[in-house]
Amino acid sequence: MSGTNPELERLAKQEYKYGFVTEIEEDRLPPGLTEEVVRLISAKKEEPEWLLEYRLKAFRRFREMLDEGEGEPGWAKVSHAPIDYDAITYYAAPKQKPKLESLDELDPELRATYDKLGISLLEQKRLHGIGDGSRPGVAVDAVFDSVSVATTFKAELEKHGIVFCSFSEAVREHPDLVREYLGSVVPYSDNFFACLNAAVFSDGSFAYIPKGVRCPMELSTYFRINAAGTGQFERTLLVADEGAYVSYLEGCTAPQRDENQLHAAVVELVALDRAEIKYSTVQNWYPGDKDGKGGIYNFVTKRGACRGYRSKISWTQVETGSAITWKYPSCLLIGDESVGEFYSVAMTNNRQQADTGTKMIHIGKNTKSTIVSKGISAGHGDQSYRGLVKIGPKATGARNYSQCDSLLMGDQCGAHTFPYLEASNPTAIVEHEATTSKISDDQLFFCRQRGISEEDAVSMIVNGFCKDVLRELPMEFAVEAQNLLSVSLEGAVG
Amino acid sequence: MSEEVLVSIRNLHATANGTPILKGIDLDLRAGEVHAVMGPNGSGKSTLSNVLVGKPGYEVTKGEILFRGKNLLEMEPEIRAREGVFLAFQYPVEIPGVANNYFLRTAVNAARAHRGLDPLDAMDFLSLLREKMKIVEMPDDMMKRAINEGFSGGEKKRNEILQMLLLEPDFCILDETDSGLDIDALRIVAGGVNRMRSPERAMLVITHYQRLLDYVVPDRVHVLSKGRIVRSGDKDLALELEEKGYGWIETGDAAGARS
Repeated sequence: MSGTNPELERLAKQEYKYGFVTEIEEDRLPPGLTEEVVRLISAKKEEPEWLLEYRLKAFRRFREMLDEGEGEPGWAKVSHAPIDYDAITYYAAPKQKPKLESLDELDPELRATYDKLGISLLEQKRLHGIGDGSRPGVAVDAVFDSVSVATTFKAELEKHGIVFCSFSEAVREHPDLVREYLGSVVPYSDNFFACLNAAVFSDGSFAYIPKGVRCPMELSTYFRINAAGTGQFERTLLVADEGAYVSYLEGCTAPQRDENQLHAAVVELVALDRAEIKYSTVQNWYPGDKDGKGGIYNFVTKRGACRGYRSKISWTQVETGSAITWKYPSCLLIGDESVGEFYSVAMTNNRQQADTGTKMIHIGKNTKSTIVSKGISAGHGDQSYRGLVKIGPKATGARNYSQCDSLLMGDQCGAHTFPYLEASNPTAIVEHEATTSKISDDQLFFCRQRGISEEDAVSMIVNGFCKDVLRELPMEFAVEAQNLLSVSLEGAVG
Repeated sequence: MSEEVLVSIRNLHATANGTPILKGIDLDLRAGEVHAVMGPNGSGKSTLSNVLVGKPGYEVTKGEILFRGKNLLEMEPEIRAREGVFLAFQYPVEIPGVANNYFLRTAVNAARAHRGLDPLDAMDFLSLLREKMKIVEMPDDMMKRAINEGFSGGEKKRNEILQMLLLEPDFCILDETDSGLDIDALRIVAGGVNRMRSPERAMLVITHYQRLLDYVVPDRVHVLSKGRIVRSGDKDLALELEEKGYGWIETGDAAGARS
């Protein structure tokens, strides 16, 4: 029925806004995954012996999995050509002074890159839109390919006893903390991609919030893949000690390239007694072109452990990028009365694929979890919600509420829901609701007849569909996420 | 009554999915007039209203439509709407997740921007909305609900009239707004429509039945058959049709007899 709308045609052809490449001299290892490469990465980062051993254990296990043909998990509803792990470069870093005395010494090319991405690395400017000083602002750790190039507000945070730095720096400055928690939530042998990450992880962020401290600003990490032929293997670890609170946000973009690039991250969160961690993601990796050429493979393991009594971990994600997303931010609800939350908007357009969801593992008594998942599929996009709710035998009084809604645009896309439930305690109460709906030509025309443009109508309908999730994001980012959803959907109708 | 022609439809031919439906419609609506279009199923009534508002799927193969002298056919549907062309839908759609009041404010402000006016803020809009809601006897809570979601047939039609009252269009098209209404809802809807009658405004009321025209008395009545206006007259023509049925028009001597 609907004719082609020239405006939408134009927008559909609009390029991914962050697809530029920064011309910068990089120090990179030759492609291939060998013990030598693992040792070189560790040596470049001047790591202690125990960490090298950890990497090597992971490397051996990964090789074993490859050799035994275990390979990538087969259960995810995604398809891609086999990945040649020996064709990937595992380490690439911009050449610059090894140690910056201050942020002013940052390579202007790098600073310009982050400026272009809307991320200010100048502390006085803070993140866009928050310039009046009345707001607490955001501290940023900027990760460029395999290394962190800058972290802002470190001194300010140190006053509160908060550690916020790149993972590599944490290994040097706070080895005991890293050693205590690294791999304690996601063991190196957890899964294929986590194992690969444990062997070759490069940089990511580390934060430690001491007892009773409420972090005075948002912490955030901005990941940028720049070099061609590389993978990015970020490692992030956040620890909130007793009674601490932190809100953390990550964002990410990559240049537009015809090849697929691998991003295999591991994120571990630990919340002790009465601690709370709010972890938000706005994921905007390059999704590939409209025919599915290029784009990031985003194969990520994220897990939080609510170890303490009444601890709480809340995951919020807005996933609009990547050619393929494979990601299940999960909560281990160990402490009694601990709380896990998962709020997700995943959008697939053109040829994007996403298999995403969560795991809520109820171990302690009276633990509670909430899952709200909103999937939007357009073009030839295909996506699945996959979620596990597991109630252990000792989790008396556990409660879960899950809601999974899918919104389809056009008739070439797909949405699937795979809820898994394992309850071993008779007192548990588990609820699951699911809906599927469609943006119809009639809805769009109705809006247009009332004077609202098609683009605004789509954006209004999609934002209405996602509002339960978007309101969980820190306010500044909720606006950004809304815009991102609109941009990602351009050309999805008409 | 003003002599100004607001809407001028000239020799309009249109196809729906390639099938010819409208085969030469000529119709002038002057400001201040209410015209009723009646006719049997398949005569082209809905096609006429859809073509007027630019619904995708229809192609105008010949003829023109002028609205205040401007060529309507060259405008995108949303521009026609902002210019003041409004269709009260026969089957209003539901849009889950989008609150009625937010939607209505967006629509009102889109029209205001088009006319170079500042947007209404939430408070100003709310008082305007309350005033209009009273006319169609809608309770406050309906505005916080998603557009038409869970509304009864009568509530949906009242919501359409509310939108018309808010947007204050100069050319209102009502596509079988009376269908599926009980007598109370019909009275409320007709009350809203009559509130909109003014010397600056023209209305095209498409209906199968006489009963809406008891409340909204038309200046002219046209009978559509097989894509043409086969007869026009004053309000008595509607009564005559009610009595004799469409067969009277479609067969024999009445066909082609234009007044």
